[in-house]
Amino acid sequence: MTRNAWRRFSSGTALTVMYALTGLALVPLGLVLWFAASKGLPAVLHPEFFFNSERPTGFPGGGVSNAIVGTGIMVGMASLAAIPVGVLSGIYLAEYGVSRWASWVRLASDVLVGAPSIALGLFAYAVIVVPQQHFSALSASLALAILMLPVVIRTTESAVVLIPRGLRESGLALGLPRWRVSLQLILPAAAPGVITGTLLAVARAAGETAPVLFTGFGNPIFSLDPTQAMASLPLVVFRDALTPYKDLQQVAWGAALVLVVMVLIINLGSRWVLRRQIRLAGQL
Amino acid sequence: MIQPMAHIGRPELRTMPGAAPAKFQVDSLSFFYGKTQALKDITFQIPEKRITAIIGPSGCGKTTLLRVFNRMYDLVPDARAKGSVVLDGEDILTTTKLLLLRQKVGMVFQRPSPFPMSIRDNVAFAPRLLGWKSTKISEIVQQSLERAALWDEVSDRLDAPATSLSGGQQQRLVIARCLAVSPDVILMDEPCSALDPVATLKIEDLMVQLAHDYTIVIVTHNMQQAARVSDFTAFMLMNTDHRYGELIEFAPTADLFNQPQDSRTEAYITGRFG
Repeated sequence: MTRNAWRRFSSGTALTVMYALTGLALVPLGLVLWFAASKGLPAVLHPEFFFNSERPTGFPGGGVSNAIVGTGIMVGMASLAAIPVGVLSGIYLAEYGVSRWASWVRLASDVLVGAPSIALGLFAYAVIVVPQQHFSALSASLALAILMLPVVIRTTESAVVLIPRGLRESGLALGLPRWRVSLQLILPAAAPGVITGTLLAVARAAGETAPVLFTGFGNPIFSLDPTQAMASLPLVVFRDALTPYKDLQQVAWGAALVLVVMVLIINLGSRWVLRRQIRLAGQL
Repeated sequence: MIQPMAHIGRPELRTMPGAAPAKFQVDSLSFFYGKTQALKDITFQIPEKRITAIIGPSGCGKTTLLRVFNRMYDLVPDARAKGSVVLDGEDILTTTKLLLLRQKVGMVFQRPSPFPMSIRDNVAFAPRLLGWKSTKISEIVQQSLERAALWDEVSDRLDAPATSLSGGQQQRLVIARCLAVSPDVILMDEPCSALDPVATLKIEDLMVQLAHDYTIVIVTHNMQQAARVSDFTAFMLMNTDHRYGELIEFAPTADLFNQPQDSRTEAYITGRFG
């Protein structure tokens, strides 16, 4: 073989292998989406799936409205707690974070990112559920908030660090106090990146089962009371999929599909926002 | 021999150096980044409502000196200044009214840095945050843009994003933004080095206009620019033994370029080094 032909052959082989492996990496994603869609669609296609709450096996017309609302409430409360704290901490780390204290905060949030989610659930169980003697959406929100916090902190930090120094100095040179420059000039400029991070944290919290397992616990009855047990989508999937009853398994697939689509929408939304951030940062 | 440059700039001001009162009185100013000394014993006076240029080769401490005038160095940990810099009777190195100082002493940077918002909001940003009356603010926006010679170009699109302006327009917008908080002094750190020649000329014209009402201090690499626009020039050089910046000579611009008193100044302006 001539040298040229050999080069073309080896380059072609390498490319083929890369394409094949990329394809292979996409197979699980495709399968998950396909299974969720094909098995879940029959359940989701009935409108009452979204309007009725769970029913025992043998009673037709069961839905997951209780779980959708429950997931919304628990993730919503967790976001209310985690996002302000996380965003402010992220700004602190990016703008003022040269001290030893800041490096401790960074280390702590990195450790927290890696903490097993079931351990966070156990923590909320020990701190709220055990003293109160009953499950509650509030305790689940605590576990989810702790789960979200480090993600929000670090994504906010990296978005704020991206803002050019000139912008910060221009603000300060106008005689504005440093905290106002951070909050009213730098934060809005970094907003798309910060929003991306918080959306990813929300998506992750919505899909987590372990932290809500023995905190929110689940509740077949439609409930808006955060001090009581509350249903959530991952729990419906977890419980109903393990039953031997076809109709409940069907509900589980439907709930899984709703969850996958929800998380997918949040993820795609955050990518769209991120693209705007990158375009904006290029202009600064 | 160097050609006389008296026909450039505002020669009538250069013939009377004593006529303008001092805006900044810099006395034995030394500056340190941690243990590294960056400036040594700088003493001179910056005249009011004149353009003072600071020239010198890279690394001589021009920008460091400029950033003393609005205490921008406060952002750098371990940076400290010794000596005194008196502005309107108050030593700015020890002043506690840092925010008022920075309102009084505006700064324009090398790269235009428009805020990511509309043209109007860029100018109105600081007045709004300072809590000025909103009826007054739209007046301030127009006035500042007019003074920065940008109003005619943007008056019909004040709500367009500032990033849609050209580089030269952005730099004039930054100047307008700086004028909006009614400063006395405008510091400019190589304001034209990122601009094309036409935009540069516009900024230079603007500087001469602004000098009727404001004290301007400009750091520039460009000696022709210093000769064109400035009334006074300070020449700085890095001390090769100790690696700190020193003020070699300060004089009316025409004098400094035509009859430099120091051989190092002459060497620099005739292009023998730097």
